[in-house]
Amino acid sequence: MKLKSLIAASLAAAMALGAGAVSADLTFPSLSYRTGPYAPNGIPFADGYADYFTLLNERDGGIGGEKINFIECETGYNTEKGVECYESTKGQGALVYQPLSTGITYQLIPKATADDIPVHSMGYGRTSAANGKVFSHIFNYPGTYWDAASIIVKHILDQEGGDVNGKTIALVYHNSAYGKEPIRTLEELAKKHGFNLTLLAVDHPGQEQKSQWLQIRRERPDYVLMWGWGVMNQVAVQEAANTRFPMDHFIGVWWSASENDVLPAGDGANGYKAINFHGVGKGFPLYDDLQKHVVDAGKAAGDGSNLGTVLYNRGMYAAMLASEAARTAQEIHGVSNITSAQMRDGMEALKIDQARMAEIGLPNFGPDINVSCDSHGGPGQAAIMQWDAGAKTWSLITDYTGADREVVDALIMEDSAAYAAENSITPRTCG
Amino acid sequence: MFYRESGDFKTSYAADQQTFPIRFDRIVIALVLVFAFAVVPFFINDYWEKSILLPFLVWSLAALGLNILTGYCGQVSLGTGGFMAVGAYACYKLTTGFPDLNIIFVILLSGGITALVGIVFGLPSLRIKGFYLAVATLASQFFLVWLFNKVPWFYNYSASGQISMPERTLFGTAVTGSAATPWATYLFSLLFVVVFAFIARNLTRGRLGRSWMAIRDMDIAAEIIGVPPLQAKLSAFAVSSFYIGLSGALFFGVYLGAVEPTEAFGIDKSFLVLFMIIIGGLGSIFGSFVGAAFMTLLPVLFKNIMVGGFGWPTDMVQHFIFMLVGGLIMFFLIVEPHGLAQLWRVTKEKLRLWPFPH
Repeated sequence: MKLKSLIAASLAAAMALGAGAVSADLTFPSLSYRTGPYAPNGIPFADGYADYFTLLNERDGGIGGEKINFIECETGYNTEKGVECYESTKGQGALVYQPLSTGITYQLIPKATADDIPVHSMGYGRTSAANGKVFSHIFNYPGTYWDAASIIVKHILDQEGGDVNGKTIALVYHNSAYGKEPIRTLEELAKKHGFNLTLLAVDHPGQEQKSQWLQIRRERPDYVLMWGWGVMNQVAVQEAANTRFPMDHFIGVWWSASENDVLPAGDGANGYKAINFHGVGKGFPLYDDLQKHVVDAGKAAGDGSNLGTVLYNRGMYAAMLASEAARTAQEIHGVSNITSAQMRDGMEALKIDQARMAEIGLPNFGPDINVSCDSHGGPGQAAIMQWDAGAKTWSLITDYTGADREVVDALIMEDSAAYAAENSITPRTCG
Repeated sequence: MFYRESGDFKTSYAADQQTFPIRFDRIVIALVLVFAFAVVPFFINDYWEKSILLPFLVWSLAALGLNILTGYCGQVSLGTGGFMAVGAYACYKLTTGFPDLNIIFVILLSGGITALVGIVFGLPSLRIKGFYLAVATLASQFFLVWLFNKVPWFYNYSASGQISMPERTLFGTAVTGSAATPWATYLFSLLFVVVFAFIARNLTRGRLGRSWMAIRDMDIAAEIIGVPPLQAKLSAFAVSSFYIGLSGALFFGVYLGAVEPTEAFGIDKSFLVLFMIIIGGLGSIFGSFVGAAFMTLLPVLFKNIMVGGFGWPTDMVQHFIFMLVGGLIMFFLIVEPHGLAQLWRVTKEKLRLWPFPH
């Protein structure tokens, strides 16, 4: 009896292991993480991403008349789970993947290219994927880490009156592929502008940063940059406040600056700066629609409290770019039910100007998007924003500016050429 | 009934000493192997490959390795993740350094390099035992992962510190890289697992395995009857690390294709493999497989049932899985402290006595 039930249970288990269904709608998978050490950042992004698609379904009936089939899969920021999620959702006709994890992006670069599914690693992942000749299916518009590093250094140059010779800039980074990404660019920029670069690695998950900040206190660098994610951000901002480091000299990358990261430090975080590639706050007409069709209708992915936070906005922005790319693909190919290959063409031809942004309900939300076959990195423009601890708001303090293309493009060419050589890829020609 | 020694007469030494002395075992294993080699490859798809079969095979190999060290030789190790990293980085350096070297040799050599590293980190085991040894191996875990993250030579000076496996072929079929088909990677990994599980089974039945078990059961007594602890312990570390190195190489090269050390080979991987052999059964080859299946497949199974079947929110399911798997681990350890392999052992005893149990 016991043996029988065991056999029956294992049979049932074997059936359940291989699941999956095929549908005809436009399928947008979301590899999200609402659990684990990075969940505080993963949740608002996932909510924004889901809510925008829900809005399109509720308000417009999908994209170009096609309903959106939205599937969420939990990765926990874990590579193996990410692969499982990818494999389990790709069979359902997934159009584009946005894993929100540099590790998972690296996994998907060869896999998705082979499966003819585009990956949009928006402002993360492999920077040299901006070279569309080598990375045909990988997109990282509207900007890359190297753009970010360069724009931050430009901002520092502005602050210092154009001369940073002999100054010291420290980089506090997550000791992983993600955190290491800007180092090469910063080294090049250090050579060009004559500043000293100090590298301070913080190990996963980043709760322990005492020694790094002790070193900062001892060496007193003029500026500290941060490439952090998850709990590491909060700890770093708190540590910076504790060591009384001037917060306006502490600049984070776009993933190191959400409300979650600065609120715990209270007033100490006042003046903390970060780079960002899109607008902040809720002051956009789209939010009225989101409130009306999604939140008030009880269809929000989260509890609706994240609306207007930095990462929610970014998730929503990612969904907006994806749906605009799908729309572009529908126009190019003249079919409404596009495939992932057509989606790729749509992403490569994506152009969004301010008029279109206003039409969507996001006037001046971000710089013009302009993707081409050569450049999958989009405009590569970003602005600096600053935290006001009193009002508890972020505000953009500069205009969107571009990176030092001379430095960044050379590095992108070099790294993508190395990737092409290692994987025997012949770069395609762009007409 | 069908599962018994009586009536199965052995007429030669070879027959008496064969790997599986009971006829029923031989038939079942032959059937399983035929199924795994000749049937599964025709039905395998990407999902079964990447989410179920490859993780199971890779982790089985790692569990086998750790079971040799901990289950058979009694040396507790928390360095599994670090040793897997050695295998993975050896595999990366060998494939990129010698592009013409056959992938089979690359993976075997990765195992060999890991074995050498294992011997070095096994040296403290001659002086310290038990929990103290566990802490010493824990140091290897952190040191190795730090090393691979710190020294750019290991990741060929790439910008991000990620290593990616280039495509390699075997008999003209890609087994690594993105062009590899599911059946090819599956058969490739299965081949390693079957061959080395067979070797492990025979090692543990032979002189070497017996000397490990003698050390495990009582090292002083073993030394008195003439088992050299130096050889026994270091050989256990070498063989165990060899297996773990193989699994690390397959984990990186065949299963994932790209890894970064801190995430892929962290301390949680060491614990994962330790849990596998504790739940599967210490000192049991079969237990290594069952433990690996339990720890890798159960979360996927629950996820598919709850998200795919019931349509629950993904985060709730994830939290639920943590609780369920944790609860099941406790349940099995309370009901069967010797691991799932013991259940099978008891079943076999029952079958032998059937239909007249006392």
